[in-house]
Amino acid sequence: MIFKKFNIENKKARDLIPQAITILALISVIIYFATNAQINMGNRGISFGFGFLNQEASFDITFSMIEYDGSNSYGRAFLVGLLNTILVSAIGIFFATIMGVIVGISRLSDNYLIAKVAEWYVEIFRNIPLILQIFFWYFAALRALPLPENGISFYDISFLTIKGWYVPKFIWTNFNIFLLSVMAAFIAIYFINSYATKQREQFGKQIPTTIISLATLILIPLITFLFLGVSLSFEYPVLKQLSPTVFTYAGGVSIIPELIALALALSMYTATFIAENVRAGILGVGKGQKEAAASIGLNKNQILKLVVMPQALRIIIPPTTNQYLNLTKNSSLAAAIAYPDIVLVFAGTALMQTGRAIEIISITMLTYLTLSISISIFMNWYNKKMAIKEK
Amino acid sequence: MIKSIKTWILVGFASLLLVACGQGGGGAGSKKSKTLENTKKAGFVKCGVSQGLPGFSNADASGNWSGIDVDVCRAVAAAVLGDADKVKYTPLSAKERFTALTSGEIDVLARNTTWTLSRDADIGLTFVGVNFYDGQGFMVRKNSGINSVNDFKNGISACTNTGTTTELNMRDFFNSKNISYEPIAFEKADEVVQAYDAGRCDTYTTDKSGLAAQRTKMSNPDEHKVLPETISKEPLGPVVRQGDAVWEDIVRWSLNTMIEAEEYGVNSSNASSLKDSENPAIKRLVGSEGELGAAFGLDNDWSLRIIEQVGNYGESYKKHIADTGILPNRGPNQLWTKGGILYVPPAR
Repeated sequence: MIFKKFNIENKKARDLIPQAITILALISVIIYFATNAQINMGNRGISFGFGFLNQEASFDITFSMIEYDGSNSYGRAFLVGLLNTILVSAIGIFFATIMGVIVGISRLSDNYLIAKVAEWYVEIFRNIPLILQIFFWYFAALRALPLPENGISFYDISFLTIKGWYVPKFIWTNFNIFLLSVMAAFIAIYFINSYATKQREQFGKQIPTTIISLATLILIPLITFLFLGVSLSFEYPVLKQLSPTVFTYAGGVSIIPELIALALALSMYTATFIAENVRAGILGVGKGQKEAAASIGLNKNQILKLVVMPQALRIIIPPTTNQYLNLTKNSSLAAAIAYPDIVLVFAGTALMQTGRAIEIISITMLTYLTLSISISIFMNWYNKKMAIKEK
Repeated sequence: MIKSIKTWILVGFASLLLVACGQGGGGAGSKKSKTLENTKKAGFVKCGVSQGLPGFSNADASGNWSGIDVDVCRAVAAAVLGDADKVKYTPLSAKERFTALTSGEIDVLARNTTWTLSRDADIGLTFVGVNFYDGQGFMVRKNSGINSVNDFKNGISACTNTGTTTELNMRDFFNSKNISYEPIAFEKADEVVQAYDAGRCDTYTTDKSGLAAQRTKMSNPDEHKVLPETISKEPLGPVVRQGDAVWEDIVRWSLNTMIEAEEYGVNSSNASSLKDSENPAIKRLVGSEGELGAAFGLDNDWSLRIIEQVGNYGESYKKHIADTGILPNRGPNQLWTKGGILYVPPAR
């Protein structure tokens, strides 16, 4: 019986053999290069290892989402860089999506002016190299923004200056209770929605779920403020003088101009590609679909929501996933304008201080790979959810 | 322009070189120098320099490199190949420089690099000497009212380059003064200058020679000044790979020859006429006494060629640093006989 399995005439075995040979060849190539690298590094007096990750980093980072100072380890510095990369990518993806959808729909507008503006926007921003756009936004913003003492004030609680955008800092008491209440609200909304779907499908009753959901999301956390001792106060940024002509703001939170410029450049650039995807998606839905939907009495919103968008999304999602991946990888250009992402902090300063090029570059490559694969997995899941379900 | 991509490719390529090129490299202690052989075979010295730092290594519009760091490479080329112009320059960022050297892409790194214990001991490098004694300082706007580092207050923002010792010194300094600060570190010096010039940061910190050179690039150089304090020791010097003792000696003594030549008053114009000098030290320098070159596998005129083609240290300094207005005063970079700290072991 076993012989039959490995018989060359067995189709499964025949398919497996070339694959096995390929994998074997690949592994031996990797082993060959790895040993070679080891011998060469040995000859040149370079050691290999990841012990340095526990050593003290002894350099500071402008902007960090977790507690960090130079006395922390290189491992911690890596984490700071990683979180900053994720932050700018998330902000970029968020705004690129919103702008992309708006611009994509605008290009199909009947209004000549709106359609043309959208078209010009797409043609200009997708055809200029991203690094130039990053420099443009950064140095244009730097030159345009006022010094702290002349900062643009928003009702005296927030200030936009060349050194950053200073916003009030949230100071919570009993934040955990608040967080739990928000989670409870989301669970409640989930049940409300499934109840509403059931009502609609079984009895044809329409329940205004949007309004009810919104009310739930506001009311439940509100209760914690009124009865459960949650409170929120703000620490406002205040102008501080450092010398006769040097000013800064103390208190509050500073959103550094590097982050603003990078997020702006990344989302403006990627939005053009997403806009084209959206346009292609909407144009890809047959005219007959809309007419058929109208003929069974759906209104304009319902047509868009129930008939056009579900079909358009199938066309939009896969290429948009590519754009999300591109945006994340493009965020590595951050180093050019001093935004402390993983490339600047880890593959830059840390590499230089430790001299461990092979280790650090491998870790950085693996990190980007992991980030990209995570986005891919999520988007594939979403794509599957949106795909045609044959009933 | 696309700096970061270039860096990645370079670092990646350098790593690949490490991986791919067989078991090359000279074994420690061997009398023969693999690097010397390869250099002679190639016909040029592979030298790593900065991406443009006036006075140290800077390319003009037609791509000719000059500066005191460049002169070290030229001296090595003159000694080894007989022609100071036979150098292939590779401009490197602070981040790329050591990888480029350890992977064999370059053989001499003369790129205003600070000699520190960890660099010397840890990452397979050897510093062969010091060609410029520098120290880290701060630049501020003249109208800021800041006249000394003691005027710095909590919340000050400081711009600098990544991947250099300045990032570490800056932290040590501000920590010791108990001042909280905002460090903004750029990959390239040009961006640091632009950001500081625009007002993104209150002070710009790097080696004082660098500050003096970069000040000339500001939109209005007269609005800025360098504070008097020096917060660190920055002995800058050429670096070679560990493990090739002969090559290491060649680079070390090429530099030493330039300094020794200045000490004995030998320069590019009078060197050949001093062959019959009374002073044996001078005779050794111009190759008319002793067999000093043989120790490295070079001929006896190696040092004469350095002095004739490149000049002595004083000539090099005057041409690149003093006459360009970067640092007219030699300060510590003066000979020990004239109140400075330049002191090299005797060539004998």
